[in-house]
Parts: sequence; C-alpha cells; structure tokens
Amino acid sequence: MTYKVNEERGGPTAPSGLDALLARLKAPAMAVGWTIVSVGLFALLWEFLWLIGLADPKLLPPPHIFMGNITEQAQYFNTAQRWQIGADPNAGPTPYQAVWITIVSSTMRVLIGLFLAAVVSISVGIAIRYWKMMENLTLPTITLLAPVSPIAWLPVAIFLFGIGNAPAIFMVFIALFFTMTLATITQIDSVNQNYINVARTMGASKRQIYTRVILPAILPGLLVVLRLNLFGAWMVVLIAEATGVGYGLGQVIMLARNTFNPGLVFFTIVIIGLLGFFFDFGLRMAQRRLLYWLPKGAGSLG
Amino acid sequence: MSISVTCNNVGKIWAEGTPRAHEALRGVNLEVKDGEFVVLLGPSGCGKSTLLYLVAGLEAATSGEIMSFGEPVTEPAPDRSLIFQETSLFPWLSVWQNVTFGLSLGEMPLEQRKEIATKVLTKVGLRAALDKRPHELSGGMRQRVAVARALAMEPKVLLMDEPFAALDVQTRAKMQDFLLDVWRDAAASVLFVTHHIDEAVALADRVVVFTSRPGQIKEIVPVDLPRPRDPFSPEAQELRRHLTAILSAEVDKAFAEQEALA
Repeated sequence: MTYKVNEERGGPTAPSGLDALLARLKAPAMAVGWTIVSVGLFALLWEFLWLIGLADPKLLPPPHIFMGNITEQAQYFNTAQRWQIGADPNAGPTPYQAVWITIVSSTMRVLIGLFLAAVVSISVGIAIRYWKMMENLTLPTITLLAPVSPIAWLPVAIFLFGIGNAPAIFMVFIALFFTMTLATITQIDSVNQNYINVARTMGASKRQIYTRVILPAILPGLLVVLRLNLFGAWMVVLIAEATGVGYGLGQVIMLARNTFNPGLVFFTIVIIGLLGFFFDFGLRMAQRRLLYWLPKGAGSLG
Repeated sequence: MSISVTCNNVGKIWAEGTPRAHEALRGVNLEVKDGEFVVLLGPSGCGKSTLLYLVAGLEAATSGEIMSFGEPVTEPAPDRSLIFQETSLFPWLSVWQNVTFGLSLGEMPLEQRKEIATKVLTKVGLRAALDKRPHELSGGMRQRVAVARALAMEPKVLLMDEPFAALDVQTRAKMQDFLLDVWRDAAASVLFVTHHIDEAVALADRVVVFTSRPGQIKEIVPVDLPRPRDPFSPEAQELRRHLTAILSAEVDKAFAEQEALA
C-alpha cells in the first residue's frame, strides 16, 4: 500500500503573480531579519564592552578582531598528516582548503553518527514495544546506561576504535542512542488510543497497527527528537575530536586552548554555530515536506 | 427478528486484582434487536462507554458473556464499527483514504476502494471533500467522515461513544437527523452512548438508563414516538421529565459518594 502524495498543497488558492511571491517571501524575510538583529545586538554588546575596556581583547577578543583576520586563523586548520613518516612538513592542503576539510570531516561525523543513532534507536524502540520479550531483555540496560555522560564513553571509543573517524562517530552514536530509544518509546506510548482502537475494530493485525498507524503517528515527534539531538551530536563530536581523533573542529579548539589563542576559539565557535543553524534549518524544511498533513505550526518547535 | 447484541450478566472490573481496581459494570442484561436504535444514558463515568468497548471487543468482560448474532464476542470485528467522541481520523491520510482504511488492510484494489469511498461519502453529503485532509474539515464534517468510514465496512452494529458531544447545539441537531437517515439506510442496529437526555429522546427506540458506579441498568424506557419527532410534543416533554427524574437521583447519589471520598 502506498500513500498518494499530496500534490496540491496549501488549501485555498493564493493570489497569483508578484503579490503572491512577495506574500510568500514575507515570513522568511522577517525571520532572517530578526536573526540578523538578534546576532547583531549580541555582537554590538560585546564590542561595546571591549570599547569601554571591560572585555579584555586578549581573553575575550570582540567579533571584529577574531573575524577580522580569517587568513591568519585559517593557518591553524592544518590537516596535513605531518606525524606520518616520510611526509613533507610543507605538504598538505592550503589553509583555506584545510578549513573546508576540517568542517566537512566534523560534519560527516555528526551526520553519520546521527543517522546511525536514529535508525538503530527507532528500530530498537519500536521492537521494544512490539515484543514484550525485547523489552524485558533490553529496556533495563538501556535505562541504566541512558544517564551516563558521553565523556565516560570516550576511553571506550579509543580502546575500541583507536584514532580516526570511527571513535568520533561511535561517540555521537552512543551519546544519542539511549535517549533516542527512550524518546521513541515515549512517542509510541503517547499515540492517541482512539487511532489504535479504530484500526483494531477494522480488523488490523498487530503488524498493520504498527506500520500503518503507529509509525505515521509518531513521525512528527521523532523529527522533533531528531532536531534536538542534532545539537547534541554537535556537542559530542567536539569532545571526541578534542581528545585526538586526528583533525576536526574540536581539535582546533583544543589547539587554541593549548596555544592560548581565544580568537581562534571564538572563530571556531562561530563556524560551529553557523553549521548547527543551517542543519537545523535543513531538518525543519525536511520536516515540513515529510509531514504534509500537519497544519502550519503544529507538532514542531518553531 | 434476530438479536444483534446480547449481554448476559456482564460485569467489568478495571485493573482487577490491583489496589486501583474499580468496578465499572455489574450484572448488565441487555438485548438489542437487529435494526434497533438503543441509547445508553447515564451520568459521566457510569460505565456506559465501558459497555460499548466490551461489545466492540476491544476489552474483555470480567464476568458474563457478550454475543453478537449468536456468536460470542472475543475480539474486534469489522461488522461492529465504533465511532468515537473525539476525532479519530488519521491526519496523515486524505478523507477518502481514511474512509477506506479498513478495506485497504485486505487485498481490495485501489479503484474498488475509491469507488466505495465515493459512494459512502456521497451518502453523508461529503463527496466534494474526497481529497481533503481531516484538518481542513469542521468538527461536524469530521464526524460525518467517521460515520462514512464505519459505513464503508458495512457494519451490522454501529457503536457510537458520545459522537456529537464535542459539537455545538445546532450542528448536533443536524447530525442527529443525519444519523437517523443513515441508520434507516444502513439497516444496522445502533448502540449510542450519551449523557444528554434531549439526544436520547430524539434518537432512541429504547433508552437504557444506567446507575452511577458500578454501572447497572436502572430502567429501560421505550420511546414509542413516530419519527420525525417533535421535541416539543407533550409526549416528548413527559419522557424528558421522566428521564430527568431518574437521572438526577443517580447524579445526587454520585455526588454524595464523591463527597464521602473527599
């Protein structure tokens, strides 16, 4: 059974032409405008504190300083594998290329970890509610391990996977898996009982109730969970990278700490902030596409 | 005339054997004839909805036996359709997909399902809403879709749990007329739960009045008024007075119990 995709969305027909376009662009334009105002105010406050001498530029350099010398900051994003025997110290990508490689590799770890955690935890969560025996065997352990800080898993990640991408991805996965599994179970439990009763009176099997009712019913909640955990994934990947998985944004921050370079810290924070912001935006768009049945503004965070 | 639903000494205790156990129904004996419109009337929380769930087969009775057309009820069946108070349409399906959800569980091909959806939606006057989403409809329209969804299963018994309680008074009156049309057309028997005396008088062949907890049948009041009914006729007034008197005694008793608990 496939669901027909809703093609004519949006209910009443909108006025055509330029007016319609302007009307449609108004809300996003407002959102962008307020984002700029909000960030601008924060930066302005910081600059002001610097101007009156409250913010020491050596410890809390204001935005115009740490964003002003991107070329210099980029020097620190060195992804050349210089420790390897026989590698030329000057080999490797240019600073700007290195910035991109760093960003892309951190992002890949976040996305792969998040994807694996989502797939496995949603499957496990559903299986726990589907088979009582699965619940008996796994739920106590999952609940027990859920509150453990991801930092505690760090040594385990290094024991198991050494250095490289694998331990960072493992860290993201393990930090999200337990809570996402519990969140999936909570979502299943809060499905409107009427939906299930309707399906039952119409003769749906247990399997059909899960695939045709529970799964679509929990999808909106799961996407919110996914969005919240995207931020969690970004936090964890930095911790993993900071402790030596080669290179990445976390490693740059650690380098900045060791070389006492607050400008580089803030520069990297800006990059991470922007990345998180754009990925959240992407997920929100995906949410709107996927959850075509929700009225605007329902079932989501903003 | 055959009997569509039989309740033999039915009782239900929720959470039996735990400290939270409470008795919802006790010793209910009821026979619903095929094609009959029976209204279950009682104060809130008297167990009348519980009886509906038992007849639907969604819950098992603690004691006694429920039969439908001579067969014991052990699980839900498509010929006993349940309609809820709150909207129970799936928001991710369009109106016609909702209506034929039960049929899509089997092997029925798409064209045939769409044909049936068109037929039953025409019956409830919502043909134009075929491709709409539930959230685009008003509360009354949604309940009509829910009725259409039940009709698509060609039920022999329609179980309705305060289906119009969330609607405003005018819409409710319209929906009652609509339901009577559908009922005559479908030739199914109806078990209709409400705490509204006016609704009971407007709809029922027989009104079954429940006591407050545990729910027991206090009195079965036949309504021998010709349809369409005039709600202001002396007979209807008299009937309402009678039902009000029985019910208010029960509500007083329920209040006294609650005060004793507090």
